[in-house]
Amino acid sequence: MKTQNQRAWWFVTPVLLLVAFNALIPMMTVVNYSVQETFGDNLFFWQGLDWFEQVLKSERFHNALGRQLFFTFMILIIEVPLGIAIALAMPKKGPWVPFCLVTMALPMLIPWNVVGAMWNIFTLPDIGLLGYFMNHTLGISYDMTQDPVAAWVTIIIMDVWHWTSLVVLLAYAGLVSIPNAYYQAAEIDGASNWAIFRFIQLPKMKTVLTIAVLLRFMDSFNIYTEPFVLTGGGPGNSTTLLSIDLVKIALGQFDLGPAAAMSLIYFAITLFASWLFYTLMTLNDNKS
Amino acid sequence: MRMKSLVPALYILFLMLPIYWLVAMSFKTTNEILAGFSLFPQTWTFANYIEIFTDPTWYWGYINSIIYVTMNTVISVLVALPAAYAFSRYSFVGDKQLFFWLLTNRMAPAAVFALPFFQLYSAVGLFDTHIAVALAHCLFNVPLAVWILEGFMSGVPKELDETAYVDGYSFPRFFVTIFLPAIKSGVGVAAFFCFMFSWVELLLAKTLTAVAAKPIAAVMTRTASSAGYELGLLAAAGTLTIIPGAIVIYFVRNYIAKGFALGRV
Repeated sequence: MKTQNQRAWWFVTPVLLLVAFNALIPMMTVVNYSVQETFGDNLFFWQGLDWFEQVLKSERFHNALGRQLFFTFMILIIEVPLGIAIALAMPKKGPWVPFCLVTMALPMLIPWNVVGAMWNIFTLPDIGLLGYFMNHTLGISYDMTQDPVAAWVTIIIMDVWHWTSLVVLLAYAGLVSIPNAYYQAAEIDGASNWAIFRFIQLPKMKTVLTIAVLLRFMDSFNIYTEPFVLTGGGPGNSTTLLSIDLVKIALGQFDLGPAAAMSLIYFAITLFASWLFYTLMTLNDNKS
Repeated sequence: MRMKSLVPALYILFLMLPIYWLVAMSFKTTNEILAGFSLFPQTWTFANYIEIFTDPTWYWGYINSIIYVTMNTVISVLVALPAAYAFSRYSFVGDKQLFFWLLTNRMAPAAVFALPFFQLYSAVGLFDTHIAVALAHCLFNVPLAVWILEGFMSGVPKELDETAYVDGYSFPRFFVTIFLPAIKSGVGVAAFFCFMFSWVELLLAKTLTAVAAKPIAAVMTRTASSAGYELGLLAAAGTLTIIPGAIVIYFVRNYIAKGFALGRV
């Protein structure tokens, strides 16, 4: 049981000030832009909610949102089951464990633009390892600067390469925390592998999998640098995800009003979806 | 059993292939790269690395990145420690709401904040300084550090605190000499994550710097576009960005699984 102590606020004050400085002031700037129109020279005019209406009705936004939702859906549907499967197959102890953990975590420590550049070099049609293998060894035409399907497959595989390890490490942490007695009991009962997975391993992994799904959702929904470096949003607009489109509007065209309105809508969607995931995944905990 | 270990082996192979290609590319000459496909460097060259280590624009990129990442890691962990202690030990008015609000900052797309951050840090006169990037990265690193440390601290029984008070320890002395050693793996893991997310982030770091504090990632993108098609140089620069991550990960290898679970297993 935690003690009631209002003086605990002193402990959180530094964090509060630091994060508020970084979060509230920029957020107020965004809100400010989102309700005004400017013609330069720091002259602003009240615009009301027009920008929001314009963004919500624009086809460009719908398309970018659609691409973003598809991307995030693919990421979750591939990375979560794959990550669990790899974690289940990993050794529980022995000299290979640190080796596996370190090599698997390595992609996550590479700067995001380097990840994009690396995959660019990897997939170049004639001199990249993957590009050469596809075009010249398998004879499948593959050039992601020309073909939207190839571009999509590449950014999804790149993200699987980059982030599946997060799910693996989380699921693995959940698995090694299961006491051996559980498995011995299951063996005595003659439980099948599936039953062990369904009734012992999966429930034990629930907390960590909630974290994994939440983190993978947030990060894939906010992804910017890697696909931007790899495809630049192309060919055409085919891989222009929400963040890429937002930066194009805000810093490319300098349409501050619409960009700010879009930012707020974007943030609201992320918040709502995260809350939804969290509530759904912890629903059973509250009942029992 | 043999079949089972094939799965992680294949996965690791898949992870290593693009990295191998980057490293192999960095040892090739430009002529060899443009001449066509070769699985191994035919004529080994260190020219790309020599250029990076002799050109101040290049190596200052690394130094700048390491400076702001270190600053960010120290600041994040220091402010997160007392806050995480408060969340794990006390209940106070608004604690749950505050905790959730902190986490929402982890969800904000960096793209949303790029322009306002530029204006904010220009207004307070910190534009193009290391501390600006270090403070900006606190936006997502401090909530994460609080989250991780809170997980590790909640694993320490409360009796430890109570016994220390009975023995006449003051709070600061208890915190530094007894509590911190008890959660030192948690502190290591939190520092590792702060390092990681500050090291890999580019958008904010690039927006908040121009010359004096330009991170290596930004040097890479500008060089890539200005110097034309110097793939070997780009590959060498990329290879060098992997090394700091590989070093820190080695230090936390025994805690890494628990760390990724944010101390909650």
